[in-house]
Amino acid sequence: MNVFDIIGPVMIGPSSSHTAGAVRIGRIAGALLGEPAVSAQVGLHGSFAKTYKGHGTDKALAAGIMGMLPSDGRIRHSLDLAEEKGLDISFQEVFIDGAHPNTAQITLCGKSGKTISVEGASVGGGNIRICKVNGMEVEISGESTTFIILHNDTPGCIAAVTRFLAQQNINIGSFRLSRRQKGGLAVMTLEVDSPVTASLNQALEQLPNIISSTVLAPQ
Amino acid sequence: MINYLSISGFVQAATLQNCRISDLVLEQQASQLEQTQQQVYQTMEESFHVMQQAVLDGVYPDLRSTSGLTGGAAFQMKCAVDEGKNICGPFFGSAMVKALAVSELNAAMGKIVAAPTAGSCGILPAAVLTMMEQHHLPEDTAIRALFTASAIGMVIAQNASISGAEGGCQAECGSASAMAAGALVEMAGGSPQQVSHACAIALKNILGLVCDPVAGLVEIPCIKRNAMGTANAFVAAELALAGIQSAIPADEVIIAMKRVGDAMPSSLRETAEGGLAQTPTGRKLQAQIFGG
Repeated sequence: MNVFDIIGPVMIGPSSSHTAGAVRIGRIAGALLGEPAVSAQVGLHGSFAKTYKGHGTDKALAAGIMGMLPSDGRIRHSLDLAEEKGLDISFQEVFIDGAHPNTAQITLCGKSGKTISVEGASVGGGNIRICKVNGMEVEISGESTTFIILHNDTPGCIAAVTRFLAQQNINIGSFRLSRRQKGGLAVMTLEVDSPVTASLNQALEQLPNIISSTVLAPQ
Repeated sequence: MINYLSISGFVQAATLQNCRISDLVLEQQASQLEQTQQQVYQTMEESFHVMQQAVLDGVYPDLRSTSGLTGGAAFQMKCAVDEGKNICGPFFGSAMVKALAVSELNAAMGKIVAAPTAGSCGILPAAVLTMMEQHHLPEDTAIRALFTASAIGMVIAQNASISGAEGGCQAECGSASAMAAGALVEMAGGSPQQVSHACAIALKNILGLVCDPVAGLVEIPCIKRNAMGTANAFVAAELALAGIQSAIPADEVIIAMKRVGDAMPSSLRETAEGGLAQTPTGRKLQAQIFGG
């Protein structure tokens, strides 16, 4: 803990969990899509579903999907901005068994037709946990530099990624793997100790059987 | 190097070294964050400027929260102060204006600094900025005092809680008020020991306050409690600066706050299931916003 955990973050109100945390969840979904979204379907669970209008959680999620930070003054008008940008966004209340009370499910479709789905919870004080990507279980807090790598479930794929990072002198702090089915789509999430450049990530994406790699800078 | 396990720890260290608490905090944080003291100071300075801007942005007659429940109180208070109608004069009046302004801006999706939370974000800026303006102190004195306030906040966070969902409003507005009281004492040139007494007095006065927001929103009663927390910070600082001591030391008050929070039923910890949220009017307002 440091002084900026107590005096901070600088954020758009009214609630660190229902507004600032929601922006962060949306932002990770937007980053994973990797291109401007043209449609977004958002499911809100628990307290998010009950109070999103009063807390501006809908505006916060829309702002995050468009890449804004929790301190962005445009969050208040983000639904208007979404319309201007041609992002068709809809919200509905959902029930997810066993989910954290502040959970959002986001499905995005990009200009190229690419889609991504993310489930994340705002766990207090603006901190978040992304718990699913494309239906596969992950655990992402966004507090460290994080790779989210979609890949084919084939022998040697993990070794190739970790060898590549070792060659770049990047230390891995945590690693998690999840897959839909044997030999199908899989996701690796790695938290690393040092910053990562865009060119390094592009080089990683060229490794065999990697479908896409997204790097999230610490939030 | 100091730590934030107890208030008495850094108070003793500052007393021994004959320096301000903020000097030690700045030095320790620079080391912990692996930055220069200047870099750490600059980050705090940026937050301080966001606080100043929030005070200005929050004073508008037409300001309304997203729910439509609140807004415009800071402007009303400012009119009363400008017309010389408030009974406690411009010093206290302008502190009330600032506390309401920042808190109402937060509810209206404006930019604020959580201090320590968004729900209690009006208290520290109102106290520190009013002190700076009314006593014509340099900005540096105010920015440094924020480090002392943070140190108090870190001890509370580690030994009790700064979350309304865990400890009730005492954990949010109480912590903010204790932080602000300590900052005020340092700004006024009080001793580290007096900072500790101010912190203890401020927390004692808000001990037991529940978190019972109408419709679960950070508006009713949060906004007015920010004004109260600011007033309480000045009360605690005034007493401590006069040499009045808290009979119960700050660290023991913090543990008491933790125990009181643990004993609070969940209905009074930010769930909107008790207190003001469940009054007939509270329920009516909730139905008005979210439907039956």
